[in-house]
Amino acid sequence: MGINYLYPDFEVHRDREKCITCRVCERQCANEVHSYDAESNRMVSDDTKCVNCHRCVSLCPTHALKIVKTNHGFKDNANWKGDVIQDIYRQADSGGVLLASMGTPKDYPVYWDKMLINASQVTNPSIDPLREPMETKTFLGQKSSKIRRDENGKLITKTDPQLALNIPIMFSAMSYGSISYNAHKSLALAAQKLGIFYNTGEGGLHEDFYQYGKNTIVQVASGRFGVHPEYLNAGAAIEIKMGQGAKPGIGGHLPGSKIGEDISKTRMIPEHADAISPAPHHDIYSIEDLRQLVYTLKEATAYTKPIIVKVAAVHNISAIASGIARSGADIIAIDGFRGGTGAAPARTRDNVGIPIELALASVDTRLRQEGIRNNVSLVVGGSIRSSADVIKAIALGADAIYIATSALLALGCHLCRTCQSGKCNWGIATQRPELVKRLNPEVGSERLVNLITAWNHEIKEMMGGMGINSIEALRGNRLMLRGIGLNETELQILGIAHAGQ
Amino acid sequence: MTTIDVGLKPFDELNREIRACTDDTLVLNDVNGQRYIGCALSNKNITINGTSGNAMGAYLDGCTITVNGNAQDATGDTMNDGMIIIHGSCGDAAGYSMRGGKIFIRDSAGYRSGIHMKAYEEKQPLIIIGDRAGSFLGEYLAGGTIIVLGLHQEGKAPVGYFCGTGMHGGKIYLRCDTLPSDLPQQVSSSDATQEDMQEISAHLESYCAIFDLDKEALLASHFYVLRPNSSTPYKMLYTNV
Ligand code: SF4
Ligand code: SF4
Repeated sequence: MGINYLYPDFEVHRDREKCITCRVCERQCANEVHSYDAESNRMVSDDTKCVNCHRCVSLCPTHALKIVKTNHGFKDNANWKGDVIQDIYRQADSGGVLLASMGTPKDYPVYWDKMLINASQVTNPSIDPLREPMETKTFLGQKSSKIRRDENGKLITKTDPQLALNIPIMFSAMSYGSISYNAHKSLALAAQKLGIFYNTGEGGLHEDFYQYGKNTIVQVASGRFGVHPEYLNAGAAIEIKMGQGAKPGIGGHLPGSKIGEDISKTRMIPEHADAISPAPHHDIYSIEDLRQLVYTLKEATAYTKPIIVKVAAVHNISAIASGIARSGADIIAIDGFRGGTGAAPARTRDNVGIPIELALASVDTRLRQEGIRNNVSLVVGGSIRSSADVIKAIALGADAIYIATSALLALGCHLCRTCQSGKCNWGIATQRPELVKRLNPEVGSERLVNLITAWNHEIKEMMGGMGINSIEALRGNRLMLRGIGLNETELQILGIAHAGQ
Repeated sequence: MTTIDVGLKPFDELNREIRACTDDTLVLNDVNGQRYIGCALSNKNITINGTSGNAMGAYLDGCTITVNGNAQDATGDTMNDGMIIIHGSCGDAAGYSMRGGKIFIRDSAGYRSGIHMKAYEEKQPLIIIGDRAGSFLGEYLAGGTIIVLGLHQEGKAPVGYFCGTGMHGGKIYLRCDTLPSDLPQQVSSSDATQEDMQEISAHLESYCAIFDLDKEALLASHFYVLRPNSSTPYKMLYTNV
């Protein structure tokens, strides 16, 4: 065997004074870091396996544990940084494509943090949301710009199908397979309680979850796993997945090793065989083809459900969105390059795509210029971290936003970014029964409800501060935003003035 | 039985009529490429006289659709159950991602037939193409069976380029004397065994009856079978960061 060039990233520090050798850490760590040494009657640890997920730290009854990033490192080098060197070692060792998970950890500009929100002073009064009604209800779907009348001159009030959201926030697609049964159940329960929607991702819909159909968006991706008429009709809307922010231009692949009995049943594929979602839909090579899929789905559901087309934010996103807005789709979902994933090639995740802030602003501008903004609603995602991000997204032109990483954090995710290993100690990105049961769906859904409710309060408060009492009036209201530390081009794309202007 | 004279009726109107029809047998006359006919249906049998448009029988869930004429693209896309019989040829992507049911094509099929078809338990989809299939036949094939008979190919491989690329399940039977020259490495080819021939024979039973072909004569010719080398072809590709 060759020399292992990789030094452990993390060190497990155990306070011997505090440790009572209860062996909780040993039972809790699916990575098998901790073990009991009978001879010395002490706990020992294997740092090489630690992914810094904090499970043992959180459960240690005496707080004897902490995980510390190693200060062992290579000679300082601004170009050849430690992780760059280590990646080369890894690939030289294995010959493999680097696989990673969750959103990119790279230090790209976060434009949300370079925009500031306005508030009323003197000339128009702010509104107190505790005293006055504040409307955060949102309808997603095509908004007809014409008034239509029947042959007797009576108003035709039938509109295109809409998704009604109590709060302009939805849980974005995460498949059963990439996340656990209990994680899915938590999302479904929370969506139901909140009057919003969760999204099946491309893994089909588990039979137990058909009951949450009214709050479910069912996804159709290139692999068409678990897609059949009953599934299409089970949800409130159908999302065609063309792309994902974390891995634009490439497909997905759930390894055979993760396809156990239940997943196999839900995806309707054999156990232990790879589930491959090819990069393209093989029936879509143009906007005309996309239109065909949109209409196949509308026909399959008798025009009762809005169709969402989800794309990754890439360089010509505004031209692409303009095409989608003409395809008959009801909603465009755009996923920015910081969006999460259960597994993606690291180089793609870290280098492909563009920030959602810029994509959103340019799409909204383009659709307005072309007079087709009302053909579609815009939903954006890709690392929305707080209610302030939500406000900024809506002011830039979004109708609603998608969250996934924030939702998983609410469920206990510690962003250790090793979802691809399938050993999530928090019961989220895993299919191992003993780990899945660590996540209680009742508790999980309550935490999600808490999070979204809290954000909703904050949204109302900030809206009130601006003197705005409905989400409608905030949408695309870029006057409510100012840039801070942005250059001319960035300001121009975002369509906002600089702070002080 | 309900008869609809289709003519130049817009597709949405036609399909609304089909959905609303309480009769379980429909005959559509003078069909001129209207799209999405029979999409997601499960309770009606439809005869189409003319040319059916794109995505005919997409998500089909248990009817029989017979086309007396040709079919266009994406026939039986993501079909779950039922049967599609085409007395003619069909365009590209027939049976894309289909999971159950049968598609019988009397003549030829375009590109990407049976691409990413998959099987699950009792759902074992089948596509039989009488003459020739275009390139990318059975690409990403994950399950089910494709048979190409090469009726007018005189023993030449009855497929285009890139047959079975990325295949990781299912099988493809080709009636021919020479293999396609560019079979990818995920595909292993061999002469059909006796067991294979029995399976082919069973599949051809109704096909030959419908299209009035001599089954025994067909079975007397040589068949190749293409199978995937591995059900987990991507396993060795990755290393974790
Ligand atoms: S992997 Fe998680 S549970 Fe295991 S030692 Fe590290 S922090 Fe603790
Ligand atoms: S879901 Fe689990 S494995 Fe993935 S980053 Fe969060 S804690 Fe880690």
